[in-house]
Amino acid sequence: MKGRIHSLESFGTVDGPGVRFVVFVQGCPMRCAYCHNPDTWEMNAGTEMEASYIIEQYERNKSFYKGGGITVTGGEPLMQVDFLIELFTLAKEKGIHTCIDSSGIAYKKTSSPEWLAKLDHLMTLTDLVMLDIKHIDPQKHIELTSQPNDGILAFAAYLNEKKVDMWIRHVVVPTITDDDKYLFELGYFIGQFSNLKALDVLPYHTMGETKYEKLGMEYKLKGIPAMEKDKVIEKKQVILDGIKKRRAELEN
Amino acid sequence: MRPEWKDFVGGKWESEINVRDFIQKNYHPYDGDESFLADATQNTKDLWAQVLDLQKKEREAGGVLDMDTKVISTITSHGPGYLDKNKETIVGFQTDKPFKRSLQPYGGIRMAEKACSDNGYEVDPEISEFFSTHRKTHNAGCFDAYNAEMRACRSSHIITGLPDAYGRGRIIGDYRRVALYGIDRLIEDKQAQKDSTGRVMTDDVIRLREEISEQMIALKMMKEMAASYGCDISRPATNVQEAIQATYFGYLCAVKEQNGAAMSLGRTSTFLDCYAERDLANGTFTEEQIQEFVDHFIMKLRCIKFARTPEYNQIFAGDPVWVTESLGGVGVDGRPLVSKMSFRYLHTLTNLGPSPEPNLTVLWSTRLPENWKKYCAKMSIQTSSIQYENDDLMRVTHGDDYGIACCVSSMVIGKEMQFFGARANLAKCLLYALNGGVDEVTKKQVGPRYRAVEGDVLDYDDVMQKFMDMMEWQADVYVNTLNIIHYMHDKYCYERAEMALHDRDVKRYFATGVAGLSIVADSLSAIKYAKVEVIRDEDGVIVDFKTTGDFPKYGNDDDRVDTIAQEIVHKFMTAIRRHHTYRNGVPTTSILTITSNVTYGKATGNTPDGRKKGQPFAPGANPMHGRDTHGAVASLSSVSKLPFKDAQDGISNTFTIIPGALGKEDQVFAGDIEIDLNK
Repeated sequence: MKGRIHSLESFGTVDGPGVRFVVFVQGCPMRCAYCHNPDTWEMNAGTEMEASYIIEQYERNKSFYKGGGITVTGGEPLMQVDFLIELFTLAKEKGIHTCIDSSGIAYKKTSSPEWLAKLDHLMTLTDLVMLDIKHIDPQKHIELTSQPNDGILAFAAYLNEKKVDMWIRHVVVPTITDDDKYLFELGYFIGQFSNLKALDVLPYHTMGETKYEKLGMEYKLKGIPAMEKDKVIEKKQVILDGIKKRRAELEN
Repeated sequence: MRPEWKDFVGGKWESEINVRDFIQKNYHPYDGDESFLADATQNTKDLWAQVLDLQKKEREAGGVLDMDTKVISTITSHGPGYLDKNKETIVGFQTDKPFKRSLQPYGGIRMAEKACSDNGYEVDPEISEFFSTHRKTHNAGCFDAYNAEMRACRSSHIITGLPDAYGRGRIIGDYRRVALYGIDRLIEDKQAQKDSTGRVMTDDVIRLREEISEQMIALKMMKEMAASYGCDISRPATNVQEAIQATYFGYLCAVKEQNGAAMSLGRTSTFLDCYAERDLANGTFTEEQIQEFVDHFIMKLRCIKFARTPEYNQIFAGDPVWVTESLGGVGVDGRPLVSKMSFRYLHTLTNLGPSPEPNLTVLWSTRLPENWKKYCAKMSIQTSSIQYENDDLMRVTHGDDYGIACCVSSMVIGKEMQFFGARANLAKCLLYALNGGVDEVTKKQVGPRYRAVEGDVLDYDDVMQKFMDMMEWQADVYVNTLNIIHYMHDKYCYERAEMALHDRDVKRYFATGVAGLSIVADSLSAIKYAKVEVIRDEDGVIVDFKTTGDFPKYGNDDDRVDTIAQEIVHKFMTAIRRHHTYRNGVPTTSILTITSNVTYGKATGNTPDGRKKGQPFAPGANPMHGRDTHGAVASLSSVSKLPFKDAQDGISNTFTIIPGALGKEDQVFAGDIEIDLNK
């Protein structure tokens, strides 16, 4: 079947382990203020592509992806679960490492049993989920992304239950997501999950701004400077402290 | 066994000149990490500070600190030179002092004069007179033999960068032989070679006998030169310091007599490690001492200089020597050829800081030890000073004792050499095909008067046929020009020092090269998949194009255009192979204009792919800048489809990426991605 694809990138080095073939899907319900791919938001744009075509593209250059695999990002991959099931079924037939980079937004209390059954199926084909938690605080999450985070946090628990390896990604934006209180809280929250394999703390950068200008869109974070790299290492430590605290409590 | 060889495992290498056999019997593969490496000693730091100071003074002086204008450089022309005699563990400079450039007129007296005058010096008038009147140079010989067509092609740049006014380079002596055998044994061997030539005095036999005699003279001079530094290289080296010194002396002789376009070192590290391991086992030297020898050796290689003109520096983008040293790789028996010495060589980038010279080239194989791969990656990230080449590809042709000359030319050390042949401008050839041999810039009839294209819209089949015909012509004039060049270079500027460190019967590669491949591929793709209209000037010469519609572009892993690129390379090589080559050289071609792409672009008019007159070509086999839109793997994949069998002299791809794009922080890139939740 066909998926709605924004673009394909043959040399992804920051979207999972190793060198990866990256599929950017089209369409996302989130409106994160710092999103650097606003051109992937629109649900009905993009190019339709067969799952088999994407696997063909991967296979042509598979020698480059020995330690890597395929990553689906976007856009929001879980908006196209049927397509992902087909794509990953083909991938697993070829022994390809599969990864989804998701905001978890599609996972809701109101999700239908049919959809959840499909998600269960997809998770059996998925080696790794990189879950991007934008903000641990429910209210601030809405301010930042226009969406609530309860489903997202529930999705982390769901992944743990399904024993799917999980990396947590978090973008640190000055004045918006750099408060130690919330960072510690985030760590404390994810510390409970045994499927947590890595923590990826990303410094906010302003490179997305020109894209907004080109698209004629308003950039909500105008004037906020890029995050300093050294500071990010400190912020990562705060999250790690949160994780450790939770771990220690669980051990006792 | 000779006493100098004590503790080594014997073999064929004792009774014949066979360095590879020595290495295979004696080297210690190393799969550990870099933790054994030693820091720079105080002496190393002091000497390096002196070099940095000289570099600074040289820059302040406008690029040249001192030039010899009176003494013609030979192996023994200059007395010893030092930075600080008491601190140097490896000695030897090209002239009697560091940073003084030698006078080498055999390639061409005018080039030598110009190199001096452009830098504010003047060659001794007596020398100018001698080389203009009494002794012919390589350059003069070429122009005596060129025909009118060759001269026209040369000045219109459809064949370009030809080594007819400067040293061709690209020959690597087996400098290790000096260390392993000592000069006396090598002279004996050369005498035996001379005695073994045919008795019927054909041109070939006469030339060979004369060349071997020259080689023997060079060997005797090497001994003399080393003696002036207080070193005896008549016998084999007895320890690693002597082995490094002897190897370096061999190389130094080459650069004293040849100002070649690339003067590469070979593959010395694991050879030298055999001595280092023996010395470590016997307690002769400590790791710190051995690293100091290596640091001083590399420091010397960083001080190799030649007298060159600004034009030369423009073609080669700077003042490169191409002291290429090939590291690592895997042996034909499957054992990696990585030794501790391979690490020590790369470690000089830490001890002395990053540097483009010597051109440290890692022969990459998927089967290299993991620790070595990681160390290479780490050093690349830290210094951006390492070149990589595909050992798995080249080992098939060359075995496991080959080295790289210049940037990509592979040859078996001491057994193979290359006649460097610069390159043919394919983009210009395509324009000649459209214009019936008329040059689009000068409007002169340079190529044959074939029928030009008619009508306003280009037809793929028509253009392709015309292009193939023009390429046949181009290959013809190109190969024959090179035949003259190499004949004259052998005659008037023979590389006796380098060839003294080769076998008698060497395999000679007759190297050619192409420039503008991606432009031609994209142009033909535009003609095939879009609509290309021609724009003629008042003389009816096609000078511009109007392209309507999109077309597949080379560099996106798109077979529609990538196959065009493959076909061009294959057809060009087929055309080259049709010709007689000087000394039965084996024809090869390369796609590797790493720096001169800018110069070639200047001399070439508008092309159908949309490139404007004067715009640079893409380097080597790179896609044109900005046209590869599907990421690096797709871009590399297009390049990797080019047939190595038709471009055996090498295919280069210049790839630049910001470190951040390879991983968010170096810890992430180095694989330390997991968080340890138990800490």
